[in-house]
Amino acid sequence: MTDAGYDEWLDAVGENEGYYLECPEGHGALPPRRVCPECAAADLDRAALPESGTVETFTVCHVAGPSFADEEPYVTAIAEFGPVRLTGVVRGTDPEDVTVDTPVEADKGTNETTGEGLLVLRVR
Amino acid sequence: MFAEAALAARTDSSVPVDDVEEINYGNFMGSLAERQGHQAPLMAEMIGSRCSATRYEEACASAGVAIREAVRSIRSGENDVVLAGGCERMTNLSTAEVTEGLSTAADDLYEIRAGVTFPGAYALMARAYFDRFGGEREDLAHVAMKNHDNAMPNEYAQFHREITVEEALDAPMVSEPLGLFDACPVTDGASAVVLVSEEYAAANDLDAPVSVTGSGQGGDSLALQNRKQLAVTPATERAAAEAYEDAGVTADAVDLVEVHDCFTIAEVLAIEGLGFYDPGEGIGAARRGETTATGERPVNLSGGLKAKGHPVGATGGSQIAEMTRLLRGDHPNSEYVENATVGVTHNAGGTVASAVVHVLEVDR
Repeated sequence: MTDAGYDEWLDAVGENEGYYLECPEGHGALPPRRVCPECAAADLDRAALPESGTVETFTVCHVAGPSFADEEPYVTAIAEFGPVRLTGVVRGTDPEDVTVDTPVEADKGTNETTGEGLLVLRVR
Repeated sequence: MFAEAALAARTDSSVPVDDVEEINYGNFMGSLAERQGHQAPLMAEMIGSRCSATRYEEACASAGVAIREAVRSIRSGENDVVLAGGCERMTNLSTAEVTEGLSTAADDLYEIRAGVTFPGAYALMARAYFDRFGGEREDLAHVAMKNHDNAMPNEYAQFHREITVEEALDAPMVSEPLGLFDACPVTDGASAVVLVSEEYAAANDLDAPVSVTGSGQGGDSLALQNRKQLAVTPATERAAAEAYEDAGVTADAVDLVEVHDCFTIAEVLAIEGLGFYDPGEGIGAARRGETTATGERPVNLSGGLKAKGHPVGATGGSQIAEMTRLLRGDHPNSEYVENATVGVTHNAGGTVASAVVHVLEVDR
């Protein structure tokens, strides 16, 4: 299955060309969005995703759904990248070492259970 | 299950099934869990009715919106009698399958694919809350203990088992910082409420002392990452503001509450969003004894989702049924709220991307 907007975006993140959608007011959003969720402006342009983000909150998940069965336990975090936030699986460190404010960068990884692309937050 | 609930509602209300003009039926994941979509007409058949029936889906707030639409259609004069509620079957699935099914209430691309489970999403909110306002797991354990205590005498509750704070803290982790006793159980269940117009009640000499006097609904971004803040729930605030204004009451006038405690942290977020506590103050409410059965404003006297159970698409209806019994005086826990006149129910969908609030008042 392809997901218009998202697949292309995740590939770009994996090639260090990550972006977000910016409206004339400076609000950020992630694809697929045709209008700005904040102010409904219809002219969105791509802007470069900041290279580094910081973890705002995270959880160590011990009970996964079937599509993450081989990953338990894993850390999912929401990290702030300038005007947008990204939710991804934290890699590159032990689960117990993740804290709020941990610096991360976005990358495309692979879900080992399903083989699908996965947004990874790699500890910097 | 839905027929059982509807029969109980029929007996309780004394309204014959032929007078029901519409059925508003809440269900979330029947298409996944039972491979049965289009459940509403099936449920009408189950209760011996040929009236029009519609399924409402708003994740865990499905029955809440079903009730709200019933209230609106009666107020508009379109209907005099609506049967509203819901049903959900979940225990036929494995834990992993339920986890996957429930997670579809979250954003598929940006949350589910990043491993966000339903407990995981609330864990993200709990961590954000602790980081911003303080609080600890022990505060949440007091919420769980309180709701298990409240469920003890409730014949409709899933759990009749007291727990201790220590037990809750020592339980296995589900998604840190939330453990097993921070989470509501997987539940099969149904709810049904008969809502009637004032004219119908008067014309048929019904004994219906409890009225829905306020209704409100609020929304927010589906994915947590798209919200301005992670430790507050604006959808609840919006729903509450609308419901309070509709009823002509303020938060201070509310005597008791049934809130959507799918996780212990959700009860904390709810009592703050409903205006009973400032942000950051709700976390200690159960521990301080303010929301217990003998507290100044009891929260979840039914046992809440935590101990009464959470049949997802039915929960919003069961909250109305429980609040009605509590206010009428025929609930096993009514003794704690003998002089209460105003109750509020709060039903939330997903990570509170939708919220429905109702104000109920009793004639004493």
